[in-house]
Amino acid sequence: MDFQFFLSLISAIFIGGVAGYLGSLMITKRMGLVGGPLGHLALPGVALALVYHFSVFYGALLTIIVGGILIWLLEIKTKAPIEALTGLVFASGVALGFLILPFSDEHQLEEALIGDITQISFTDTILVIILSTLIFLTIRKIYSKLVLAEISEDLAKTEGIKVKKYNFIYLACIAVIVALTVKVVGGLLPVALIVIPALTARNISRSSFQYSFGSLIFGTVSVIFGIFLANYFHLPAGLLIILAGALIFIISIFFKRN
Amino acid sequence: MLKTISETENFISHPILKVRGLNVKFGSEEVIKDLSFEVKKGEFLIVLGPNGAGKTTLFRAILGLVPSSGEIIWKEGGTPKISYLPERLSQDRFKNLALTVKEFFRFKENSNEKIFSILEAVGLKPEEVLNKNPGNLSSGQFQRMLIAWSLISEPEVLFFDEPAIGIDIGGEETIYSLLEKFWKQKGITILLITHDLDIVYKYATNILCLSKKGVCCFGPPREILTSEALEKIYGTEVKFYEHKH
Repeated sequence: MDFQFFLSLISAIFIGGVAGYLGSLMITKRMGLVGGPLGHLALPGVALALVYHFSVFYGALLTIIVGGILIWLLEIKTKAPIEALTGLVFASGVALGFLILPFSDEHQLEEALIGDITQISFTDTILVIILSTLIFLTIRKIYSKLVLAEISEDLAKTEGIKVKKYNFIYLACIAVIVALTVKVVGGLLPVALIVIPALTARNISRSSFQYSFGSLIFGTVSVIFGIFLANYFHLPAGLLIILAGALIFIISIFFKRN
Repeated sequence: MLKTISETENFISHPILKVRGLNVKFGSEEVIKDLSFEVKKGEFLIVLGPNGAGKTTLFRAILGLVPSSGEIIWKEGGTPKISYLPERLSQDRFKNLALTVKEFFRFKENSNEKIFSILEAVGLKPEEVLNKNPGNLSSGQFQRMLIAWSLISEPEVLFFDEPAIGIDIGGEETIYSLLEKFWKQKGITILLITHDLDIVYKYATNILCLSKKGVCCFGPPREILTSEALEKIYGTEVKFYEHKH
């Protein structure tokens, strides 16, 4: 196994696992699809990164965080549903992204849209490992609090849970993880890494523990399959990771628990 | 630590909560206007009133879940330990979650022993329910589980918004008799919203009535619940027959 392949495998495993874990919470909060628009929101940042030759991750993170803060503030201000506000913000992001993208070449356009983990640098790999671990630990700490708030916000608040604060932390984690997934599957498809493992785990788990850690495991497994297949067939890794995830999901249907 | 007492009357003494001139507005609509009452420690206060009279809003205001003006003063020594069971905490909410009864209790309590004993105390068999999804319990088991959940933190004050009326929770017990059991055993102060006039005489030590016109009354059931008073609260159609117990 050459070193570059090893770096991309390790990065993708960390990103895939944590995206799956966070995705299980997002589905519980009925926010699974938010990953899609947020990924699109990364496009202007990715475009800037490609045009000016800096790491795609920083570009994506920059515009996602700006967009995320905007959505959070707009929700407090207007009390409109977060999903609808996300729609407003991401559409503006996509429009902006495509205004910038034509300045880069064709390969870069493909990288922006469907990702490319195979050329990840050593420093970016270290960054991925640190950020993914931090997000995993943060989400693990607030997971049950947010589930309780989902059952009843009043109930959670009476139990002394600062719902607004935890929602903010949760949204910040989503922003970072989506920025990371953009490196793997591009601006078009982060939703896949977030939603598919959780859907699979949901089919076969009874408890919150099985569901959340099952999502982490399925996220990791689909990434490993995808990367090896991509390496073998010389096809884009991001696409094969998603298809591997979808295949595992289909298999899980036959083992569904009631 | 809560004391176990044998005689209910002995512990109804000091005010645990004073509400003075409470106002709650939603936009320009005044939902609660200049409401004052107090709750003594160990009281079983029932809040009565028609839909839209502001009963749930009153609870939410006291708990700080909606903005209000006026004074809400808890006993000396700060806010007591509170449990709240909101209205419409339905089983359907749980059905879509991957969550077991045990995990639901773990939100509040880590000790398996405590979870076991509180489930037994409300008449559930822990080994039967712990690994089930709360959404898949029978409705009676679900109500018992909610009561256990609200009690596991050993609250001093319990706010209970409209426990499902008419649900058969099995055996001779009702939701109210189960609550009464803990009320007597643990000396909890209970504030309960209900439409069920039937239970008022049986359990309430005090009644607070709210009406859409803002007319309210406050006092022990036998003084308050005259036909005239009920007419004021609910309108003219309501007839009420005192149950002889």
